[in-house]
Amino acid sequence: MAKRIEVKDLDIYYDKFLAVQGVSMTIEPRSVTALIGPSGCGKSTFLRTLNRMHELVPKARVEGKVLMDGNDLYGAQVDPVAVRRHIGMVFQRPNPFPTMSIYDNVVAGVRLNNKRMKRAEMDALVERSLRSANLWDEVKDRLKRPGSGLSGGQQQRLCIARAVAVQPDVLLMDEPCSALDPISTQAIEDLMLELKEEYTIVIVTHNMQQAARVSDVTGFFNLKSIGEPGGLVEMDETTRIFSTPSNKATEDYVSGRFG
Amino acid sequence: MSTSPPSLDKAPEPGEPPVVLERPALTHGSLPRRAAPLALLLWTALGLALYLGADLNPVVAGLIAAVGYTVVICGWSRSVEGPRKAHDRLVTAIVTGAFLVALLPLVSVLGAVLSRGLERFDADFFNNSMRGVVGEGGGAHHALMGTLIVTGLAALISVPIGLLTAIYLVEYGRGALARYITFFVDVMTGIPSIVAGLFAYALFELFFGAGVRMGIMGSVALSVLMIPVVVRSTEEMLKLVPNELREASMALAVPKWRTVLKVVLPTALAGIATGVTLAIARVIGETAPLLVTVGITSSDNFNPFDDRMATLSVFSYNQYATPGIPPEPFLDRAWAAAFTLILVVMALNLLARLISRLFAPKTRA
Repeated sequence: MAKRIEVKDLDIYYDKFLAVQGVSMTIEPRSVTALIGPSGCGKSTFLRTLNRMHELVPKARVEGKVLMDGNDLYGAQVDPVAVRRHIGMVFQRPNPFPTMSIYDNVVAGVRLNNKRMKRAEMDALVERSLRSANLWDEVKDRLKRPGSGLSGGQQQRLCIARAVAVQPDVLLMDEPCSALDPISTQAIEDLMLELKEEYTIVIVTHNMQQAARVSDVTGFFNLKSIGEPGGLVEMDETTRIFSTPSNKATEDYVSGRFG
Repeated sequence: MSTSPPSLDKAPEPGEPPVVLERPALTHGSLPRRAAPLALLLWTALGLALYLGADLNPVVAGLIAAVGYTVVICGWSRSVEGPRKAHDRLVTAIVTGAFLVALLPLVSVLGAVLSRGLERFDADFFNNSMRGVVGEGGGAHHALMGTLIVTGLAALISVPIGLLTAIYLVEYGRGALARYITFFVDVMTGIPSIVAGLFAYALFELFFGAGVRMGIMGSVALSVLMIPVVVRSTEEMLKLVPNELREASMALAVPKWRTVLKVVLPTALAGIATGVTLAIARVIGETAPLLVTVGITSSDNFNPFDDRMATLSVFSYNQYATPGIPPEPFLDRAWAAAFTLILVVMALNLLARLISRLFAPKTRA
């Protein structure tokens, strides 16, 4: 299930604009990797290159390599849709499909791809996914109700359930808690710790306490200076990043002395 | 030490703030609660009295009443409530007046069609064609069916083309081609309907020779008018679908075409259905393009690929333009046909509302 991702000398462009330069990192399976850094330094952009969502922006492109268990995700023969089948994503704002019920939202990845599945299997998949998103007990009596009627935190967990229902190898989370209250955040952080038993998780966060709480490894992104592309400054065990980082900029950032 | 505001009659001393902005009092007087309706009632009564009693032109009487009310209520309000409230009342009066003026022709048309159309709005009217009718009697059965067939075919042609064009423009179109299409759709919106009719006639004349008349020609002419409306409204609706939903679907490894088909379209379906229905309502009353393409006939012809057909709008025009002797039954039929047309359009509008309610994304848990 969980897979290792290796990134080698990745440059990310929006048309001619070089947004992120020279990122190399290894993301270990069955762990949570947090990406922190100031706004606009390319964390989210980098995250979106991992499942080839980046190229949905017109004229966006990358140079360099992203290897998942040795296979280059940007190889000529690789179908971007297949990449997304392996690497799921949860977005900053909860985005359940408004036309679908809670049940349909969870199985959307299966249904929208027109996969045939027996009713009982489907029911089991819904329950398993909702349970792994810690949402089952709250919604089991109203699975046929619209997903957009849930609270923000529940919607975000519904989106996580939807992402894990297609059983990806890697789960990318782009600031999944930034629109949520502390209690929902807590629920999702607990969830991440459970999910990392099975998945490789990469999370972008602005909340350094969150990175410290949930992640095993932390990468610090920064702009070299205004107008320069962003890049990975330092990546290490989370405890070391937050106690004795080797880079001055990292230390300034995690201790709040930034800018 | 008290701080009094600097009085205006002496020049501000150096070090003193040069301008002090006027601050309104927190409270002000207010007109009696029923002041505005009462004043309005009084002036309306005066206007009516001028119209009925003094035999004044109704437009002038109405104008006097409106202006009189506005002046009185504004002056009164200014003296009691202050200038801001007075402005509020002035603008309210103007906005309401504009609304009433806009409503006037609508109500008047509806009233005229209703009062004159009901004369022949009976079972006979819907069960008979005009075959062999030279005076009284007869009906618009053939015209009603013709309108439904011609407009239905027009919708059948325009909806797929319009829908697919809009999907292309919003989901796929980049660069020059999309820009050209947008431009030409804009141009098409402004085509006079008679030009659309002549275009359809010229097109079919190429294949069938001069003087050709067919129901399908009318459908093609109406499609030319309808396609840009469908494209525009669908485009707007598709643009309203949040990009997050597309991303969510793509991130679930759903191919783009399936994302469009299963996520974007269902989300926008209510709006699209409403837009299509309104586009149909927009063309169903067209007369000129049908006159030159479909023509008119007095008997039933429900085959849109063969010869002339009757349609409600052309029927109404025809009855009105070439009445027999006596002219009354012809005029009555014209009005009844117009009334039927309005009812069909109204039914379509209601249908649009129903559709948008049925298909709207549900938000309540």
